[in-house]
Amino acid sequence: MLLLNGSGCLDALVAPDVARALDVFVTKTITPQPRGGNAPVRIAETGHGMLNAIGLANPGRDHFLQTLARLQEVVQIPIWVSVGGFSAEQYAETCHLLDGRDEVASIELNLSCPNVDEAPESAAEIVAACRSATDLPLYAKLSPATWDLAETARAVEAAGADGLSLVNTIRGLSLDERTLRPTLERGSGGYSGPALKPIALAAVYACARGTTLPIVGMGGVYSGRDALELIAAGASAVALGTVLFADPDAPTRIRAELGVELDARGFESADDARGVAQRADVHANVR
Amino acid sequence: MKRDRLRVLGNEQIGAYFLVRLERGVLDAGVPGQFFMLQAPGRVLPRPMSVCLAPPGELAFLIDPIGPGTRVLCALEPGEAIHVLGPLGNGFRLDVERPLLVGGGIGIAPLPFVSERLGSPPALLGFRSEWHAEAAALVPNAEVVIEPTYVTEAMPTGHDVLACGPEPMLEAVRALAPDAQLAWEAPMACGYGACYGCAVEIGGELKRLCVEGPVLVAA
Repeated sequence: MLLLNGSGCLDALVAPDVARALDVFVTKTITPQPRGGNAPVRIAETGHGMLNAIGLANPGRDHFLQTLARLQEVVQIPIWVSVGGFSAEQYAETCHLLDGRDEVASIELNLSCPNVDEAPESAAEIVAACRSATDLPLYAKLSPATWDLAETARAVEAAGADGLSLVNTIRGLSLDERTLRPTLERGSGGYSGPALKPIALAAVYACARGTTLPIVGMGGVYSGRDALELIAAGASAVALGTVLFADPDAPTRIRAELGVELDARGFESADDARGVAQRADVHANVR
Repeated sequence: MKRDRLRVLGNEQIGAYFLVRLERGVLDAGVPGQFFMLQAPGRVLPRPMSVCLAPPGELAFLIDPIGPGTRVLCALEPGEAIHVLGPLGNGFRLDVERPLLVGGGIGIAPLPFVSERLGSPPALLGFRSEWHAEAAALVPNAEVVIEPTYVTEAMPTGHDVLACGPEPMLEAVRALAPDAQLAWEAPMACGYGACYGCAVEIGGELKRLCVEGPVLVAA
């Protein structure tokens, strides 16, 4: 079972030891042009999670491509590049530039950043454009804020996606307790942390029923038990996001906890537990 | 980058603030101006705190209970334990000839440690009330001003200034002492460069304060 970081939740060049404790490093989303990101204040803790409005701060794809070889040297694990853009053409251009780069194991298309204006095309149209631009595996990262997520998942599958990353943050707002003005300068932000877990579980569950694509499950994973639940709902890999902010040792801890959880239920491996929430004929045995 | 679970040795109220003393565990004290991420029990994110004092085997943090996280930290009792990550960021450069420590409010937090390392140089501390100013006892050789008097009204020239305090104070100090070393503050989720939450404008660009700072040279 692969353990990843959520895109934008780890800088492997600043904290290489944390990255190396994962199986795959996912980059911060790369856009065609450099972006400084949104004006501060950019983050706020809430009762059961946090909001962020970073705004896809990144050095731009030219700079990224120049530093990719060094990133590979530092992390020593497979790299997935998160690709963003403001039109299908921009996404496809970046995918084309990544095509054939040995350092890149997969591309994750960020189709769901809640903190920037969206591309006008649908998720499926962007995936289709990228499919014709690269032979690299394409994972579509989707927002849970969709009426019928399984329908979107089927559409990106038909457009040529190789997998799904579920879920991105969901839009939220917090107000300063004294002024009653939005805490974040941008107003709203992406909500993550423990409160996101039931939303992620529902998304993974629905998409695992509705498609045959492998799913990277993410959203509020703080423990091995949380990871197990995403696997049971249908995820074949799990990514850590907000928990990395609170605990850089989380990859090692959660992997160990997952092993204990699987063992206690009589599963031989995470693959053995995958999708059991979907199956009426399988009952986990608690020893 | 080390993280350890540290036992609370003591928690003493000093005027408006609390001095929370922790066992040091396997962590290094770092240099003055560096900070640690302190787990705030029951909260989603840890809180960044600069080290206030570092006697052998201990790390002490001066904390202002202004929000849900700091209130939990100020209520810690001896025997409880919290996870602590650090030291993080860049502290003060201590190779200065004529140091003057300048602090405002809870911004005095790193100055006792600076003072100890520099052999008790002169300090100038500003507070909003006599109650808040009780914490000045932690900094030897300090002159204290209370609002409506500001530190910049009492600041002598010709010193190597090391300052920490609210943003308007740091801006005013910078105007008087362009070479001052200033310790800034920003909301932080992680403290180690992962979240990009603590962006501040440095040289016309938004950069992560936890990576570039929190101590920045003015100008």
